[in-house]
Order: sequence, then structure tokens, then C-alpha cells
Amino acid sequence: MDWFFKFPHMDDAALRALKKTIDEGFRGFTRAYGDTIESLFTPLQHFLIYAERFTTKTPWPIITLIILAIAWAATRNLRIVAGCLVTLLLIGYFDMWDDTMRTISMIFVCTVLSIAIGLPIGILMSRNDKVQKIVNPILDVMQTMPSFVYLIPVVMLLGIGKVPGLIAVVIYAIPPMIRLTNLGIRLVDSDVLEAADAFGADSRQKLFKVQLPLALPTIMAGINQTIMMALAMVVIASMIGVQGLGQPVLKAIANQYFTLGIFNGLAIVGIAIIFDRVSQAYGHRLQKHREIVHG
Amino acid sequence: MAEHVFGGIQIRHLYKIFGPDAAAHIDAVRNGLTKAELNEKYGHVLGLRDINIEMPSGSIQVIMGLSGSGKSTLIRHINRLIDPTAGEVLVDGVDIVGMNEKDLREFRRHQTAMVFQKFALLPHRSVLDNTIFGLEIQGLSRQQSVDTAMRWLERVGLKGFEKKYPNQLSGGMQQRVGLARALSNDAPVLLMDEAYSALDPLIRTDMQTVLLDLQKEIRKTVVFITHDLDEALRLGDQIAILRDGEVIQQGTSQDIVLRPADDYVANFVREVNRGRVVHVEAVMRPLDEPPAADRPTITSGVTIEDAIRILATAPDGDITVVDTAAKPIGTVTFRQLANAMVSTRETGQNAKA
Repeated sequence: MDWFFKFPHMDDAALRALKKTIDEGFRGFTRAYGDTIESLFTPLQHFLIYAERFTTKTPWPIITLIILAIAWAATRNLRIVAGCLVTLLLIGYFDMWDDTMRTISMIFVCTVLSIAIGLPIGILMSRNDKVQKIVNPILDVMQTMPSFVYLIPVVMLLGIGKVPGLIAVVIYAIPPMIRLTNLGIRLVDSDVLEAADAFGADSRQKLFKVQLPLALPTIMAGINQTIMMALAMVVIASMIGVQGLGQPVLKAIANQYFTLGIFNGLAIVGIAIIFDRVSQAYGHRLQKHREIVHG
Repeated sequence: MAEHVFGGIQIRHLYKIFGPDAAAHIDAVRNGLTKAELNEKYGHVLGLRDINIEMPSGSIQVIMGLSGSGKSTLIRHINRLIDPTAGEVLVDGVDIVGMNEKDLREFRRHQTAMVFQKFALLPHRSVLDNTIFGLEIQGLSRQQSVDTAMRWLERVGLKGFEKKYPNQLSGGMQQRVGLARALSNDAPVLLMDEAYSALDPLIRTDMQTVLLDLQKEIRKTVVFITHDLDEALRLGDQIAILRDGEVIQQGTSQDIVLRPADDYVANFVREVNRGRVVHVEAVMRPLDEPPAADRPTITSGVTIEDAIRILATAPDGDITVVDTAAKPIGTVTFRQLANAMVSTRETGQNAKA
């Protein structure tokens, strides 16, 4: 009756051998191809370094003006712009400007990369039910797998630094982008699609003239979610060498510096609110012709 | 060079069965399997059975039927938004059933334009940008398209609204955009799928007038779907009545009102304002002797209602009906006209007598 009270598991020696084989195999793979794979990511590294240099080396008043200009262009709302200004000034006054700029550049690159990868995948998913069936469980795994777990192979392959951090963040942040692109396109009114067919639109014309424009508000919601999730990963990414607001937080945890932790945490919250309000207001503005004004 | 004359639309032996294995049941349906049996035994739905309609170029063909009669399915066969299970659809002499995807796209871009019940406008585009949609799909430059679109927008009464968005317009105005979008394509075939069914009655009559006025100059081959017999009688040069996927009567408005093919059609016709549909020659008594020369005359083709309006101010007595060449063909009395307006059965019998 022993098997009844204790789950009959694999033989200890066999299990150890299995783990060892996989580890060895992966280590071998890393040794053989690590450099090649790393070189594949060099353009990404250049992009990251360039973005970080731009945000940290540009004088702060100019950066502030750029951010305020973007906020105004996207929202046309003076209150949001004023909120951005106050947040940025407070961050600078409490001497977190450089770390904040590093974090913003990192988030920017992550978002661009997530859109560049997520949008085509989302479009493919919306056009083909088989692709949707395959991609959906993968996205589920990406969202539920603890991020520390996939940090291990990334670090083994690429070491610590900006690029592995970027990959970890993108893996975590890309699912909403893909899901909401897929959803947005699938929700496009079938009457309008039929009209496009009746006028002889080919699938390219349908995609760019009908489906994507009509799905854009939903896609914007996806981008907003992606940005928020990328920000949530900032502290974890700092564990593998990504500079920015995460590192002081990490230091604060190790040394129990309460104030340092809370200041940097609040700075993360501050830029999260800026990104969220600006991108949401933009998504809302995209929808202004959707609501029925006239009965 | 002689200008190409559009050859109209011919639908021949068209069948449509909905279901995963439609082709397997086509022979059984041809041999008389009914819609109910097909559904019960094989779980397939019979959409259309043996449709044969000739639509001459330049006329308005109305297809009338209640919901579920297959009328929307039928119109979608003309630009092949739905593929038939069997049969031919000839547009300008070409069978579109055999077209490949590329030819079909070209066909849809240049030969047909469609107006939809729910308008199907693009909410993110302004009225003008909606109107040029078809031309944009054809690949025309924006400049060329805008001129055409502005002309048609003006023609349907939307001048000054081109920068508005669809959600800022009322239903009637949105459908004017739909109409302008279709007309901008300048395709010989205009498909109107319950185009006015979503509009309220006054606007609907308004839009019918717009279509009839336009048709006098553009002379398209219009296929108009409706569930409203009054609309069908007002617009249709020819009317086909559809029930359960079969054509039960085809003819002019006169044919439908005066000689309903069966009780189903007769039931519809009973509610119709006959005065506006029936022409005087259906009521008149054919000439036995030459008429007195000084009597008032009415040209054939005038409706009873209009005839009464004319006669209300004319002296008493018989009226001579003349054909379009002013040759007398019969006489009619005020009493006959009044009688024809109120009774349902007798006009038909009179016409036969």
C-alpha cells in the first residue's frame, strides 16, 4: 500500500540523469552556438544603446519638451500634459532623472519590438484559426511561466546585460499585443467586410483599408497593456543587469533602504501613469467617430 | 467604333444548397426533393431552387420576398459573394460562376456596385473618403476619384457634408452616402440589397424618388431587393416574387396586381393601393365603335389615381383612352375607375373580359 500514500515517482537516479542530460545538452548548445546567437542580437543591442544614449545625453529640458509634445499630440488634453510635466520635474528634483531615462529608453525599445513582432503574429492569428489554436496556448505559457524561469536559459545563452533583459521583458509583455490585435481584427463588422468584398478589394486592401483601421482602438489597448507589463518587469530585469529604476530598488531590498525603495518605486509608478494616460487618451481619440452621435 | 452595349443579366437554373456536402444533394433536389425533406433527412438548407430570371439592360428588376425567402442570397449570387451550387449567372454575356479570383475581383471592381441594408460605411472615413472607396480599390488616383465622388455626392443631395463622418449623419443620409459610393464606381450593374428597408417610411419614399430620377439619366441595370410590395410596385420595371427559395411569379407591376399567380401573391396584393399601380387600359372597355371626337382623352399608362385626378375637373361622360400615338383604344367612365380602386377582384376580371 505504499504507492497509495506516497506518489510513485520516477526512480531518483533516472530523474537525476534526465535533468543532467538536458542541462548538459543545453550547455553544449550554448557553448556551440552562443556566440552566433549573440551576434544575431547585435543590431538590437545597438538600438538599445542608441536609445539609451539619446535619452541620457540629451539635456533634460529638451527631453521634457519632447515628452510633453508627444503627450499633447496624442491627447490634446492640457491636464494630462500638465500632469506629465509635474511628474517629470519631481523625478528630476529627487535625483532619479538618469535612471528614469534609462528605464524609459528600455520601455520604448521593448514596446517597439513587441509591436514589430506582435502585430504580424496577431494578424496571422486573425486570418487562420489553426494559427490561433497553436499560438494561444503558447501565449498562456508565456504569461503564466514565472519570469525567473525563462531568465535562466536567456542568461545562459546571452549572459547578463541589456539584450537578455530586453528579451525577458518582451516575452512577458508581448502577449496582450498579439491577443488584442487578433481580437480587434476578428471583431471588425462583417457587413463592412462584405462591402469591401463587393467592391472587389483584395486581401491586402481589406487589411490596410478596413481591418487594421477598424481594429486600431483595440490594438491601442494592446499597446497600452504591453507598456504596463514591460514596466512591471523593470525590477526583475535589473537582476540580470538592466540599468534603470530597477537597480536602486534591488539595492534597497538587499540593504533595507526603505526611502530609496519607495522613491524609485514611486518614480516607476509616475512614468507608468504617464504612459497609461497618454496611450489611453490616444486610443480614445481614435474612437471619436465610432460612437453614434445621431440617432 | 461602336460603343459596347451592356448585355443585361441572365440567371439560369440557379440552385443554392447550404451545408457541408451541398453538391451531393443537388440531383435529389432537381428531382423534386423539397426544402423540408432536405433539411430533415440530410440537415442541409435549400436556399434557392431553379431560379431563372432575365434582367434586360437598363431596367430596374425588383426581387421581392419575405425574410427567409432567399432574396438576399439571390442578389449575392450576381456578384458571387455567395457561390452557387449549380447554375449559371451571365452578366453581360459572361458566366461569372466560372471566374477565378482575380477575374472576379476585376468584375466586382468594374461591373457591379452594391448598396447595403445596413449601409456598411467605414466609420473611420469621412463622407468623401467613403464615397471614393470603390475608386480607391480600383486603383484610381485620389485626385481623379475626388472629382467623381463630389459630383455624385452633390447629385444625391449631400453637398456640404463631405467632411462629416457617418456617425454624424441620419440613416437616410448615410444611405445617400452608400448610394453615392456605388454610383461613383460607374458600373453597369447596381445591386441594392434591401437598401431602403432600414429607413423610416417618409425617407424611404424620398430615396425611391431619388433612385427613379437618377435612373432616368444613368440607365443602369438595377437589381433591387425588398420585402415591401409597395416599394416593389413603385420601382420595378419587372418584379420577381420569391418564396422559400423559388420564384412564384415574374412580371410587371400590372401583372402582379391584376393577375396574382396564387393565393400567396393575392394576399400581398390585397393590401396594395391599386389606384397608384393599375393603369387605365386595364379598366377600360375596348372600343366597339369610333368614339365621339370631342370627348376628353387620357393616355394609356396613366394610373387610375392620376386618371381620376384629371377627370375630377373634366365634364361628365365617357372618356377616351388613347395610346402613346394618340390613337383611340378604349373608353372608360368615372364609375369604372372608382370601382377599380376599391374592389380587389373585379379589376382582374374586367381586364380579362
